[in-house]
Amino acid sequence: MARGSDDRSHRLEAVAIEAGYAGTRVLNAVDLSPPDGQVTILIGPNGCGKSTLLKTMARILAPTRGNVLLDGKDIHTLNTKAVAASLGLLPQGPIAPEGLTVRELVAQGRFPHQSLLRQWTQKDEDAVNSAMSTAGITEFADRAVDTLSGGQRQRCWVAMVLAQETDLILLDEPTTFLDLKVQVDLMDLLTGLAHERGRTLVIVLHELSLAAAYADHLVMMKEGRIVASGTPDDIFTADRLKQVFGLDANVLRDPASGRLVCVPFGARRRLTEAAQ
Amino acid sequence: MSVATEPVAVQHPIRAWSGLPALLAALVGVFLLHIAVGAKPLPIGTVIEALTSFNPDVFDHVIVQNLRLPRAVLAVVVGASLSLAGALMQGVTRNPLADPGLLGLTTGAAFAVVLAHSTFGFTAMAATPWIAMAGALGAAVLVFFISRMVPGGATPLSMTLAGAAVSAFLGTVISLIHLLNQDTFENLRVWLTGALAGRDITLLWYIGPPMLLALIGGILLAPRVTVLAMGDEVAQGLGVKTGVLKAQLLAVVVVLTAGAVALAGPLGFIGLVIPHVVRLYVGSDYRWIVPYAALVGAIYLVSVDIVARVAIPPREISTGIITALVGAPLFVHLVRRRTR
Repeated sequence: MARGSDDRSHRLEAVAIEAGYAGTRVLNAVDLSPPDGQVTILIGPNGCGKSTLLKTMARILAPTRGNVLLDGKDIHTLNTKAVAASLGLLPQGPIAPEGLTVRELVAQGRFPHQSLLRQWTQKDEDAVNSAMSTAGITEFADRAVDTLSGGQRQRCWVAMVLAQETDLILLDEPTTFLDLKVQVDLMDLLTGLAHERGRTLVIVLHELSLAAAYADHLVMMKEGRIVASGTPDDIFTADRLKQVFGLDANVLRDPASGRLVCVPFGARRRLTEAAQ
Repeated sequence: MSVATEPVAVQHPIRAWSGLPALLAALVGVFLLHIAVGAKPLPIGTVIEALTSFNPDVFDHVIVQNLRLPRAVLAVVVGASLSLAGALMQGVTRNPLADPGLLGLTTGAAFAVVLAHSTFGFTAMAATPWIAMAGALGAAVLVFFISRMVPGGATPLSMTLAGAAVSAFLGTVISLIHLLNQDTFENLRVWLTGALAGRDITLLWYIGPPMLLALIGGILLAPRVTVLAMGDEVAQGLGVKTGVLKAQLLAVVVVLTAGAVALAGPLGFIGLVIPHVVRLYVGSDYRWIVPYAALVGAIYLVSVDIVARVAIPPREISTGIITALVGAPLFVHLVRRRTR
């Protein structure tokens, strides 16, 4: 698979953006160009601005300086519903209204494609069915979302974004609070979208090893700036983890998959040292 | 919230428009019945005749056109408005206990009327609806500005809290005025329970058109309410301008509630209970909740008003009393059902 990417095209670009909340600046002169058809993963310590960057790129938050460009045009000047037809967002920890069924939830993803004159069509129906089948939730279609497990629920939300049928998909910590197996399944599903269907994904993640395993393009942030970006092979090193997270860790390569794994030093190592 | 030990499949909700013809038929049915019953019961045939080929020389036709039809229309408009406004409020605030009175509209209206009667000696019932309308709008503006001052601005939560505070305060002042002024209480006690009797129908000519627009607007905005109920960020990601949408919904709710209060006094329960009843049958998508709520609300209030008119002849019970008498046990039943 094609990894690393600077000659690739970028439909979505952040150019020198500054953004924040109520006078507090969170992002400082951030440039980001997620390569088309690949998985870009943002990591960084809590409060580093990775969610803020994602929201700004998804036009939820207006930058105080700089521009987010979609196909070369300032995303904040574009019609928001038109943007929603090419850019999907899954925010962190969304909550479905009580009693809403899976099918109804996924169907909301068709909102940008509908209007007063253009109501529900066969194309919408097909998009919903195909999204539910891709996310593996067809069997729950008529169940209420709030009766499902955390992993099933998250797959429903992913299906809603899929039903939106956008080339660009931004996800904010989609794996939080899920079992490791469920996290892996979800990441397989998401990277499949990029590599098999040419979608462009930008994902904020907490799990470092998961990020290193699945990113085509890895972005490390600290204190509102991007401190490193590139392929995991290039930038996912012990020195960088120390620099960005203040984390003492070893980075190992799993011999079977060739993927990088981060092993933090902690109390256990100190115990072993003490015992020696 | 109950802990579901075993996931229960949701009953397949009534799909799309399938329930609407039956409900429309039911509405026409209770509407005609409402006109037919009364001190002088009329055959349904006469009622239909009076409505379709009015003859001013026939006394029964005059009764229908001048006395009974206006009140039936009033019940339809008020019932549909309160129920639809309640459904929208529940969606926007993501609060299942929200109702149109949540923003202080009904208490504001009641307060204005009580104040006008006690302080300025307004006793002309003809002026009451306009005073009520002014009071409702005044309370809405007050609630809005209070919530604007809260850090974070006018969010559904801050508006709900401001509405509760304003309602509680005005409610207490109303009680105080009643204590100090026995006459006001005597004059207004029927109005304050919410009543459809003896209403000035000409008011409908003024308030009717904006209310009709608001009803249509509410139904058109309904699909967006479901999107909004999934949270602001999800909605914005789907291309909804959440600020604009909330302002539009607020305007719809204020027009419908202020209009309904002006027409019928502070009628309780409809806006709270009917959307929940509807939800049991159509599911949680506001695309369907909102139009069904409007229809069921209209049917409910017309039916309740029939009871109010015929329960203890020759007297009439105030409609608002029956709405709450039936509404309260129904609500308790719903709460039990949901939390069992």
